[in-house]
Amino acid sequence: MKKRCTILIGLLLLTACSLLYAQPTFEQNFNGVRDNREGLYAITGATVYTHYNKKLENATLLVRKGVVEAVGTNITIPPGAVVIDAKGKYIYPSFIDPYTSYGMPEMPKREGGFGRGQQYESNKKGAYNWNQAIKPEVNAAEEFTPDAKRAKEFRDAGFGAALTHLPDGIARGTGAVVTLADGKPQELFVKDRASAHFSFSKGSSKQDYPSSQMGVIALLRQTYYDAQWYAKVNPTVEELNISLEAWNKSQNLPQIFEVSDKLEALRADKIGDEFGIQYIIKGSGNEYHRLNELKATKAAFILPINFPDAYDVENAFDAQNIDLAKMKHWELAPSNPALLAKAGITFALTTSGSKDMAQFTKNLRKAIKAGLSEEDALKALTYNPANMLGVYNITGSLETGKIANFILASKPVFDEKTELNENWVNGKRYVVKPWSITDITGVYTLTVAGIAYNMEVTGKPDAPKAIINLPDTTKKIELKHSLQDLNISLSFATDNDSINQPKLGKGMVRLSGWVNTDDRSWKGSGNDANGNLISWTATRTADASKKDENKDKDKDKPDAKDGKKEEKPDEPGPVIYPFTAYGFAERPQAKTVLFKNATVWTNESDGILKETDVLIQNGKISAIGKNLTAPTDAETIDATGKHLTCGIIDEHSHIAISKGVNEGTQASSAEVSIATVVNSEDINIYRHLAGGVTTIQQLHGSANPIGGQSSIIKLRWGAAPEGLKMEGAPGFIKFALGENVKQSNWGDDNTTRFPQSRMGVEQFYVNAFTRAREYGNLKNAPAAKGTALKPLRKDLELETLLEILESKRFITCHSYVQSEITMLMRVAEQFGFKVNTFTHILEGYKVADKMKAHGVNASSFSDWWAYKMEVQDAIPHNGAILTQMGVTTAFNSDDAEMARRMNQEAAKAIRYGSLSEEDAWKLVTLNPAKMLRIDNRVGSIKKGKDADVVLWNNNPLSIYALPLQTYVDGVRYFDARQDQALRAQVAQERNRLIQKMLAEKAKGGDTQKPMPTKKRLYHCGDHGDHEYVDFYHEDQNEH
Amino acid sequence: MNCFKSIFFLFLAGIAILATAQTQDPNVPLPAPPQTKKIALMGATAHVGNGQIVENSVLVMDNGKITAFGDGRTIKLDLKDATIIDVSGKHIYPGIIAAGTALGLSEIAAVRATQDRNEVGDLNPNIRSIIAYNTDSEVLPTLRSNGILMAQVAPQGGVISGASTVVHLDAWNWEDAAYKADEGVWLNWSQMFTYEGWWAEQGGIKLNEKYGEQVETIKSFFEEARAYCQTDKHPEKNLKMEAMCGLFNGTKKLFVNVNYVKEIVDVVNFAKKYGLKLALSGAADAWQVTDLLKANNVSVIINQTHSLPNRDDEDYDLPYKLPKLLQDAGVLYCITVGAGYDAYWQQRNLPFHAGTAAAFGLTKEQALSSITLNAAKILGIDQSCGSLESGKDATILVTKGDLLDMRTSVVEYAFIQGRQINLDNKQKALYRKFMTKYGLKPGQE
Repeated sequence: MKKRCTILIGLLLLTACSLLYAQPTFEQNFNGVRDNREGLYAITGATVYTHYNKKLENATLLVRKGVVEAVGTNITIPPGAVVIDAKGKYIYPSFIDPYTSYGMPEMPKREGGFGRGQQYESNKKGAYNWNQAIKPEVNAAEEFTPDAKRAKEFRDAGFGAALTHLPDGIARGTGAVVTLADGKPQELFVKDRASAHFSFSKGSSKQDYPSSQMGVIALLRQTYYDAQWYAKVNPTVEELNISLEAWNKSQNLPQIFEVSDKLEALRADKIGDEFGIQYIIKGSGNEYHRLNELKATKAAFILPINFPDAYDVENAFDAQNIDLAKMKHWELAPSNPALLAKAGITFALTTSGSKDMAQFTKNLRKAIKAGLSEEDALKALTYNPANMLGVYNITGSLETGKIANFILASKPVFDEKTELNENWVNGKRYVVKPWSITDITGVYTLTVAGIAYNMEVTGKPDAPKAIINLPDTTKKIELKHSLQDLNISLSFATDNDSINQPKLGKGMVRLSGWVNTDDRSWKGSGNDANGNLISWTATRTADASKKDENKDKDKDKPDAKDGKKEEKPDEPGPVIYPFTAYGFAERPQAKTVLFKNATVWTNESDGILKETDVLIQNGKISAIGKNLTAPTDAETIDATGKHLTCGIIDEHSHIAISKGVNEGTQASSAEVSIATVVNSEDINIYRHLAGGVTTIQQLHGSANPIGGQSSIIKLRWGAAPEGLKMEGAPGFIKFALGENVKQSNWGDDNTTRFPQSRMGVEQFYVNAFTRAREYGNLKNAPAAKGTALKPLRKDLELETLLEILESKRFITCHSYVQSEITMLMRVAEQFGFKVNTFTHILEGYKVADKMKAHGVNASSFSDWWAYKMEVQDAIPHNGAILTQMGVTTAFNSDDAEMARRMNQEAAKAIRYGSLSEEDAWKLVTLNPAKMLRIDNRVGSIKKGKDADVVLWNNNPLSIYALPLQTYVDGVRYFDARQDQALRAQVAQERNRLIQKMLAEKAKGGDTQKPMPTKKRLYHCGDHGDHEYVDFYHEDQNEH
Repeated sequence: MNCFKSIFFLFLAGIAILATAQTQDPNVPLPAPPQTKKIALMGATAHVGNGQIVENSVLVMDNGKITAFGDGRTIKLDLKDATIIDVSGKHIYPGIIAAGTALGLSEIAAVRATQDRNEVGDLNPNIRSIIAYNTDSEVLPTLRSNGILMAQVAPQGGVISGASTVVHLDAWNWEDAAYKADEGVWLNWSQMFTYEGWWAEQGGIKLNEKYGEQVETIKSFFEEARAYCQTDKHPEKNLKMEAMCGLFNGTKKLFVNVNYVKEIVDVVNFAKKYGLKLALSGAADAWQVTDLLKANNVSVIINQTHSLPNRDDEDYDLPYKLPKLLQDAGVLYCITVGAGYDAYWQQRNLPFHAGTAAAFGLTKEQALSSITLNAAKILGIDQSCGSLESGKDATILVTKGDLLDMRTSVVEYAFIQGRQINLDNKQKALYRKFMTKYGLKPGQE
């Protein structure tokens, strides 16, 4: 790999040089006498890191015209070179920040808020993309204005070049690599169009779509398909689209995707996989939470190192507002780069997200302390960013022909007390902290107006401290002094007791003068306390006392053995999966378990079996019967007096979803999918397990007549999103009817989206399916003889609808009143498919016969009503009537709380309508499995089915029933006894971290206020990225 | 089986009283007339509400009161002129009391025109919930049939929302319904954290910089009210101040919606300063400061045991076991389904909220107290209701089985002050209607 790089560099060098360094800027407007210099410098004697992993001792670095001419230990210094003796200094390639918006204009702020009204179309002028958040046409080079102040901040932190781009929108256009020298924009470009940028945030776009993360994902995917199509068609015939043109043009650049969390990184990579693109991920700093999955993406990362401050946890009440996850992240965040390095993931570091450069530098050292090797750190600041951005041929190391971007440091660059003295950019020398200082420390005889004092100057050469030792006393007078080059100024207060006071007056004596470099004596004039002009001298008599120096030296030593012992951080706690309380440090494995003597609710023709054994093995139910013998590896559980059931299946759930459950903007959002935004880190997964739930359907919300695609997951607590998804489960999509899709309860600003009535909803469907059918015809049509087939513009929305028409995807439709229920069945019949499930379906009992005839399933609330107009006729006997009419019926939750006691909800069908216990239990197990078409795998206790089982202390339909153990695929994810141990662990780990944070605060470390975390709970009426849910207050969600 | 049969027949005799009720239109149920005949319920397992159980009980109601109650084998009875109903095998409970609810103030949550919960303005102690209480709400019959017979109807808006009134749920009009008028003043305490944003632009959590200022506003209002209430000679009568006086003379109780532990501490100290009778509503964090609550005689209305923990790290069952935590600490508490959007129709599940508390630590009888006698104590009506005791109102239930378990929680009779009330409702009628359409035999309603 390395070899190939060098060859490549060799080839590229010629072009690079000719492009960048051949000639200074075109001088048409030059005013004055030309002053072009050779810029020839020889820096000698330093330790030079030519590459992140290659060090030369006592080397010479030769720079000419901004370019490295030579570097090595055996370099002849050409005549005319300015020679800089840098003995004892360290030289490194300047750092490269691969993710900035340096020199970019201020971002426009997005206005908005409730009552802004709806905006369906882009309001950008010109032939651009239909969606305003897609702006690949933006080019950083066109927006770039050097910013001297910002450039200096970067340089002072060691940076010599940066990638800059305009961070606004979902597709953000192209970035450019520029140097951080001062100068005209034209002079500073290392590479124009160096990268293409993406994010999940629509930035300043006010267009409604997309409002959710799954909407963003769908939009990106659609744009890729649009661009593929655009490349094949004639714009003058089809359409001119500047955005798609720019999109296609930038496909060969490094593609950088900014994310705000580890799961988003996985999501971004998944988009890339579909289109053969490997994004570079601009990460968030919590990558270590899902290291294995992220490594598998093969993506390179750009990492921020904005580690959180400790929380101020002195008040115990406040402290409880900080979740264990936040506390642990505080402790582990500095390990993130080290853990990625250990995992072999390539990454660069960025200042992006850091409060300021000081924080970046501080945290860089923290990261090294947390295990990042200095070599990896340097690599992440030089070679990796350069390589990622395709500019390693130009910068990132110190080799002949590369631009002269290097830093000069007092010590190894990452040492605690190292000072950055100079940062050379484009061969221009920028002094960060002067180091060629005349050392004025020593003992002097200071003579002021004829009075002699014993003056001692101690400390470091760049920060000397001067005192006057008064004779015959231990008293000392501190001198205020400053040294600028060789100009010196001193001031001191006359001493009351001293004999000199009468002579110099009472007050401040002010002296100014200069240092004679030959003998380091000082001389000058000044004013005594009375304002009289006086003259003074200071004659050097000895070096400063050695004792002090030694002391200073010890203090400076970063790696002094004592110091290290003190500073050595405690072992941080383990990474847990998911990264939240009750997560597992080690994932539990499937077990062989024999349940002896249980009451087994089979949900099969055997009904409820008393005193029966069930064996689970290899994740499956392997035997049911009396007196089963335990295999040798089996754990035997005495289930006498206990009940064993299959796991509860919640057909209508909105937990474990990130950033929006509704793409509540366009009336059809068939292109979006919940499966793209599964959130494996939701504590509600664990809470559901504690309620005996093992499988859920995660549904899109009900804001649109045609919502989004669903996801079916098993609650494998600890697994990453892809690991939660139920393998081979069929595809579903959410539809919705009634008040939500009519926007009846959205307020007076939302009355323009079609449809606004149940009449319109029907036509909306007829139109959508008509379009889908025609799209299907077009897609499958053979080309007419002699003509080329017109390229099909792949439409993700219509593709999805086509799947419905072809009965490859199934509808779960939010519904309430009988008219709309009948309507959708008739529309479906008209287009030759069946509605799979009506969810909520509170008036299902009124048309149970029609539903039975159509063959649709029902997934209802047990007893909800009164919350909106369309549920006024809801009755709690609905489930019983539908069941008795032969409609496969389930009860669902649509609610993170209710879901954990679905057994109680099922029992209400006994209370209202006298269902048998067996039938009632099927409402939350077998029947939802059937309607989700996964009853071949789950939903009953049957040999060969998945070992998703729950052990209860009581009849599961009793209000007093509690799950004791919950298994998914034979893995015991919840155990009431184990839960007690986990609680203790959580408390213990919290306490350890609180102690550590208190210590940090006591040390004077920065702290932040402990604020509660907002809980995100969705119901299907929630719109977009909405959060009504107050921490301490009731939500106001619709259903 | 024989035994069952005989009870069944005896039952028919008893149901005679009910028969007329069933023929009414469930959409316009007729409030029951006053009790005119002495009734004796014989043989049930009686759950007193104070923790005790009486097997083979006898309960006699006359003139709206319980006139005799006890063990059928030992109690001395005068059953002259009494209608005797054999309820052996069944259970008797005190009527359930729903504290702090928007019942009767809210009909359809999403329809603004049906909302009378909130009034404009911050400080409205003079606002009275009873004025808007709708005795004809379609929601009420669905609660009655699940055993909820009384409720404390509370306004919800602003900072001081107004006054609550305890009602019984079978009445011709609000004046009839009122059981204890204007017994409480409701206060929404300030929050230390504020929540921003709306659905398109997600906001964050912010420290409420104005918390201190807002609390000061409440304090100074109470300060002025206390001063005002020291005399009745005022050049100008102030309706708001007048409405506060009951708090200072002990005739009214202060009910405060508050959840975060630091806010709870502030509220308790605030009430102490003014010598107020205090009950907290919500109070999710109350378990952390039980000593403080106990020392200051502060009671708690727990809102919905069927809730999620507020914090990720908390025990998954914390809301389920909150009643047990307060019980063990000796804090007086009751359970309701009070705050929020669905806080009225959801009250019909109140017995199951108590049942869940029993699953998570309480005894069943303690759980029963949490929706009967404890609620009566907190509302200051325990002298006359909340338990099965001689001399108290005959506001009681007869059920098929365990009231707290959905499977068996079937209310067969309910009496409010001895009046046997109609347990039909629109939902049952719709059930019958469609069972008829499909030719199916109706089951339990």
